[in-house]
Amino acid sequence: MNSPSDTHLQVRDLIIQRGGVNVLKIDALDLPRGLVTVIIGPNGSGKSTLLAALQLVLHPSRGTLTLDGQPMDADPVKTRRRMSAAFQEPLLLSMSVQANVELPLRLRGVDRQARRESAEHWLERFGITELARRHARQLSGGEAQRVSLARAFASQPEVLLLDEPFAGVDAPTREGLIEDFAEIVSEARPTTVLVTHDRDEALRLGDYAVLLIGGRVRQTAAPADIFERPADRAVAEFVGMENVWEGRRSESGVYRAGGVRLASTARSIALGAPALLCVRPERITLTHTTDSAGNEFRAVVRAIRPRGPVVRAELTSSRLELTADVPVTVWHDLGLTIGDEAIARIAPADLHVIEVSD
Amino acid sequence: MELIWDGIREAARLWWAGDAEIIEITLRTLAISSAATAIALLIGIPLGAVLALRRFWGRGLIVAAVNTGMGMPPVVVGLIVALILWRTGPLGDLNLIYTPTAMVVAQLLLSLPLVVGFSLASIQSVNPRLIGQMWAMGANRLQVLWLLIRETRLGLLAAVMAGFGAAISEVGASMQVGGNLAGETRVLTTATVLETGRGNFEVAIALSLVLVVLAFLVNLVLTGVQQRRFVS
Repeated sequence: MNSPSDTHLQVRDLIIQRGGVNVLKIDALDLPRGLVTVIIGPNGSGKSTLLAALQLVLHPSRGTLTLDGQPMDADPVKTRRRMSAAFQEPLLLSMSVQANVELPLRLRGVDRQARRESAEHWLERFGITELARRHARQLSGGEAQRVSLARAFASQPEVLLLDEPFAGVDAPTREGLIEDFAEIVSEARPTTVLVTHDRDEALRLGDYAVLLIGGRVRQTAAPADIFERPADRAVAEFVGMENVWEGRRSESGVYRAGGVRLASTARSIALGAPALLCVRPERITLTHTTDSAGNEFRAVVRAIRPRGPVVRAELTSSRLELTADVPVTVWHDLGLTIGDEAIARIAPADLHVIEVSD
Repeated sequence: MELIWDGIREAARLWWAGDAEIIEITLRTLAISSAATAIALLIGIPLGAVLALRRFWGRGLIVAAVNTGMGMPPVVVGLIVALILWRTGPLGDLNLIYTPTAMVVAQLLLSLPLVVGFSLASIQSVNPRLIGQMWAMGANRLQVLWLLIRETRLGLLAAVMAGFGAAISEVGASMQVGGNLAGETRVLTTATVLETGRGNFEVAIALSLVLVVLAFLVNLVLTGVQQRRFVS
């Protein structure tokens, strides 16, 4: 996916400082052409700073950014005209919707007829043709964000830089917008860099993911891989891997943690070597009956927390503390209360192993 | 009371008759104040934009100077310009004292701080992320300035009105550097002062009414532009 031949944007030895402190330090990062790269990470991890650097609005203390192998800052205006951007705020100008969508083309000196045709096309693609003559101030949040995205596509950019463009939109509107965006981006195929803190968004839209923590790249992989197979404890905690247990490999494909024996199909590590064993809370099944397949152990319910469509249960087994997300209907069928015993089941394929040094 | 009514009646008669001197003074007033305002806008808006968008050493000092300039007494400005343009002054060789050009310079110095101050305030009120979006859309420096002017046109029109208002209404500086010479540098304000001093109240009232109506019409047009909804 990320071979040098299809790298579109390249970051090398990048350092961005604020108040003398490195807020972003990236040794090497290649962003693949024509794919959606999602940048994920906790607040303050440098996601938006990276995007601002790619937009050439932040000046790095050190390092190079290249587009098709050419330094991006050699001619910033020319470089920016190969790209476009949309943010959490729609950032429309005080003019009609049509004029807003035409604006990037107007700045590039495109003639009136071509501008109009392009704007009409992208307004139609985003399903907002009827808004063309409306003033930008008269739009709802969802409509304004559609206009903002239509404007970003209007100049047919090679690179699309997006900073949480769906975050400020209410849930039902957001769903439709993401669906339309996914379809459009898969047709137009610009090299897209999407900053998001939303797991579903990253999984649905991302072909490739970069995880930043503390201004550094901690993992690059397919989004599902990062969420299911984090590279270290910090990544595991960020991606919501609620169960991270310290253990050791005891035999082939088998580990011991907190007095519990756990099998995993993950790549094996050296016998006796320490490891972090990780399971997502939704991958733990609670039941009353045993099944020969998988890892099973008895655990006592310590706390119950309703969380919308799931119930988050905290349990203890031997010296192991675990968190399980159980669908509400299943939880009611189980009829568990605090102090009750249940059987926790984990499929070996769901137990991720992170090798750690002693 | 009769004095006032007589004055207003005479003023109406002078208007109706199309008094050549009043027309000439009115046109000169418009020409001088418009020129001063236009130059103030050409310098003031970009300067306001730079002060609003850039951080550099001495910026605070310049902003403080601009704010002081916004309340500068016209007679002080007149005195400074007169000293500079006086025949023995630093620019005396240009022979500009008691010319319309000297009046444009004085009015420019009075309206410039207002234009800079209003531009600075309106451009500073623009969401910085919107300016980031302008760059991201591929705008160059001039295009960003154009978009900023467009975006802050309400505030900038207030700058135009304030600048023009300051220029057309001042009297002290025009008197000091123009000399109120008949047929050369006499404008509505200086003529009004002269006629009042002479006791020709009907002429003074006529001139004052022209001044007020002129200021009103200019502001009416600008307000119309300012409040018009932008559709295209």
